[in-house]
Amino acid sequence: MSNSSSGNVGIVIVSHSAKIAEGAADMVRQMVGNAVPLAWTGGDPEGGLGTNVAGILEAIEIAWSPAGVAILVDLGGAETNSEMAVEMVPEDRRARVVVCNAPVVEGAVIAATESSGGSSLTAVQRSAEEFYA
Amino acid sequence: MHDANASRASKTLVPRTASAVLVNPVGLHARPSVKLTQCAKNFAAKIEIALAPDGPWTDAKSPVKVMRVKAPQGAMLYFRVAGSDGDAALAAVLALVHDGFGEA
Repeated sequence: MSNSSSGNVGIVIVSHSAKIAEGAADMVRQMVGNAVPLAWTGGDPEGGLGTNVAGILEAIEIAWSPAGVAILVDLGGAETNSEMAVEMVPEDRRARVVVCNAPVVEGAVIAATESSGGSSLTAVQRSAEEFYA
Repeated sequence: MHDANASRASKTLVPRTASAVLVNPVGLHARPSVKLTQCAKNFAAKIEIALAPDGPWTDAKSPVKVMRVKAPQGAMLYFRVAGSDGDAALAAVLALVHDGFGEA
């Protein structure tokens, strides 16, 4: 987990594998820099492969920015658990948290690049989703 | 009135172009693409890149599109800018390329 405070859109990386999530976060930090709030979560609470809602909620909290948070996920449960976590975000923040339809590693780098330029949550999501466009 | 509009349009909308050789070892790969788009986003001007003087042109503010250009080392990279801060934008992106994106 890592964070740096700024008004830029926050990025959350959710993978079934903690190593993938952490590695993707490393790529974001090295390629994009520290101007973007960033958090990652991966694996189930027992240390195996999986995702969990509590971990995702915590990551959203760490990466929180008034500009919002964009979540990048890998497969299946990462997406459904992320959607569940978004529903549990306090109501006044919920509309500013989105799950992107983008590949987790590339999407995280691109979303962070977009965010580092001060773009809106909508622009960050759109940029990440260009991968599947 | 019409003349004033035309003059304003010519000042802000007529694109300027320039080119520079990509000197960094791997060309316009992921990291340089990110640096280029971050630089381009600092300006209001429309900034586009191409591998040929007549295009096709790619939005330099889109990291996904810039990476898809896959410009290799040694390639001539063409820039086209339009906007009130276009001169400054052009100088900044050219400096980045000349500098090898800090990698060369």
